[in-house]
Amino acid sequence: MVAITDDTATPRTEAPAATRWATAIRRNPTIAAGAVLLAILVSLAILAPWLTADPLKQATINRLRPPSERFWFGTDQFGRDIFARTLHGARVSLIVGLTVAAISSVIGLALGIVCGYFRRIDGIVMRVMDGIMAIPSILLAIALITLTRPGLAVVIIAIVIPEVPRVVRVVRSVVLSIRAQPYIDSAIAGGTRGFKLLARHVLPNTLAPLIVQATYICAAGMLIEAALSFLGAGVPPEIPSWGNIIAQGRSFFQIAPWTILIPGAFLALTVLAVNLMGDGLRDRLDPRLARRM
Amino acid sequence: MALRAMGPSLSRLREREIMTAYILRRLLATVPVMAVVAVFVFFLLRIAPGDPAAIIAGEDATAEAINAVRAKLGLDRPVLEQFALWLWRLAQGDLGDSIFSNLPVTRLIAQRLEPTVALTLSTLFVAVALAIPVGVIAAWQVRKLADRLVMIFAVLGFAVPGFLAAYVLIYIFAVQLQWLPVQGYRPIAEGLWPFIEGLILPSIALGVTYMALIARITRASMLEVLSQDYIRTANSKGLATRRVLLLHALKNAAVPIVTVIGIGIALLISGVVITETVFNIPGLGRLTVDAVLKRDYPIVQGLILVFAAAKVLVNLVIDISYAFLDPRIRY
Repeated sequence: MVAITDDTATPRTEAPAATRWATAIRRNPTIAAGAVLLAILVSLAILAPWLTADPLKQATINRLRPPSERFWFGTDQFGRDIFARTLHGARVSLIVGLTVAAISSVIGLALGIVCGYFRRIDGIVMRVMDGIMAIPSILLAIALITLTRPGLAVVIIAIVIPEVPRVVRVVRSVVLSIRAQPYIDSAIAGGTRGFKLLARHVLPNTLAPLIVQATYICAAGMLIEAALSFLGAGVPPEIPSWGNIIAQGRSFFQIAPWTILIPGAFLALTVLAVNLMGDGLRDRLDPRLARRM
Repeated sequence: MALRAMGPSLSRLREREIMTAYILRRLLATVPVMAVVAVFVFFLLRIAPGDPAAIIAGEDATAEAINAVRAKLGLDRPVLEQFALWLWRLAQGDLGDSIFSNLPVTRLIAQRLEPTVALTLSTLFVAVALAIPVGVIAAWQVRKLADRLVMIFAVLGFAVPGFLAAYVLIYIFAVQLQWLPVQGYRPIAEGLWPFIEGLILPSIALGVTYMALIARITRASMLEVLSQDYIRTANSKGLATRRVLLLHALKNAAVPIVTVIGIGIALLISGVVITETVFNIPGLGRLTVDAVLKRDYPIVQGLILVFAAAKVLVNLVIDISYAFLDPRIRY
């Protein structure tokens, strides 16, 4: 017995880093693929000012050039470099996706816990959530934007509001199912109350579904931002974002399809990377959900 | 004997009563949801930061112009009075007037209804007709090539935004191959083929994510049913594969599929705004975008109510259809 455990324990503890990585990738190929893709896109976004020319610099002499050695992704009708604009657009998309996911998770977590704990507030809050969920998210965002001055912060808030109910629902259902567990009764009988009960037993259980939900919200947030900017109701045109680059390429699409297809492909790749991570995390963290899809 | 003969008809009568009560209850449950939507769009204008009247009037509007907008929106009167008036009008089906054209919002919506309904229904039709067979094939060929291809399509379908799909389709089928028009909409009154021709690309573009969703749930639901004992029985007594798949398996896998078809209609409703812009279709989506760009809030407000009502109505139909699809479901 001792010999057997030694045999298995020794190689595992002394395995070189490379082997351990290989095992991790083999176990979670989707998370790994998503993470690598996302890491590349994030580095391109961060390094954009050093990798590219000025995304706003106009040069009419270079207008509507197809992709070439000088302009990797071609130029638009003002002679602006699409490569520079696409990489700078990545910054907007990623910032919006991450902040939307973070803010909706925090608000949704707080509301979800309150709803799961206090039954009287629950009824009211959930009816409001049902109402917000009945409004298509792009329309709700559009309505908010109609009433304010354009800007990145407004876009983020406008996307957060329709996403919050999704988090509240997930967190609330977890809290309700935890509360019904016998070990909660024994914890209460043992003297664990209030905040301690919340921090020790409830919060840790909400974490896995919350992370999975947050990745999907991040992806949805990026898609909604692109849609809003495409419609002219999102990020103002002086900040290049994938949505408004595509919107500005519309009138020249038939002669210069690269102005739309390249930023569009980047958007799809980024959303794909985040979704792959979400699917992988869901399969790992929340097997109950994984079986359903 | 007489009692036993009456048994089945009595229980059937009782069942119908339960069903009617269920439908009524579901119908009543939509009232608070719509009330929240109505209250929400009303107060959105009142709690918006800054001065919405000034923003709607535009950058260089005079004080009189701003005051005129404020009066038109009723922002110069007490909130409760405005709210009561608004609810009273809403109850009579009056959604207010456009700020710029002064036309009633209901009339503007009615004028633009046909293209949007046509686009939504054709997308629904195309998506269901393509995605369910694809999902069934994937489940039947599980872990083989066909299944892998379907799953790759499903994963990509969630990542590709509607307008990118639209431009790729336009580039291939309208610009390069020139099989279909680049954009535009022809009403059904101008002939069936021009009408259908104009809807093919928009329907596929709008339906990409929706198809991915339906194909994925069909596959998952079918896989679950195919592992059941009665499927093995059906197979072993020599029934044809097609018969087992369609008659035995698909019928029992229907409830989750119908649920997802219903949930997905929300995707279509959000998507029409984008798709109609790309393809230049003069429907409710275009009306929304035009209203947003002109900051014509009464129109935006009316459209939100209409779209939300459509969504709530679809959910209601789905909930009621459960009771028919699966007689075990009773709430």
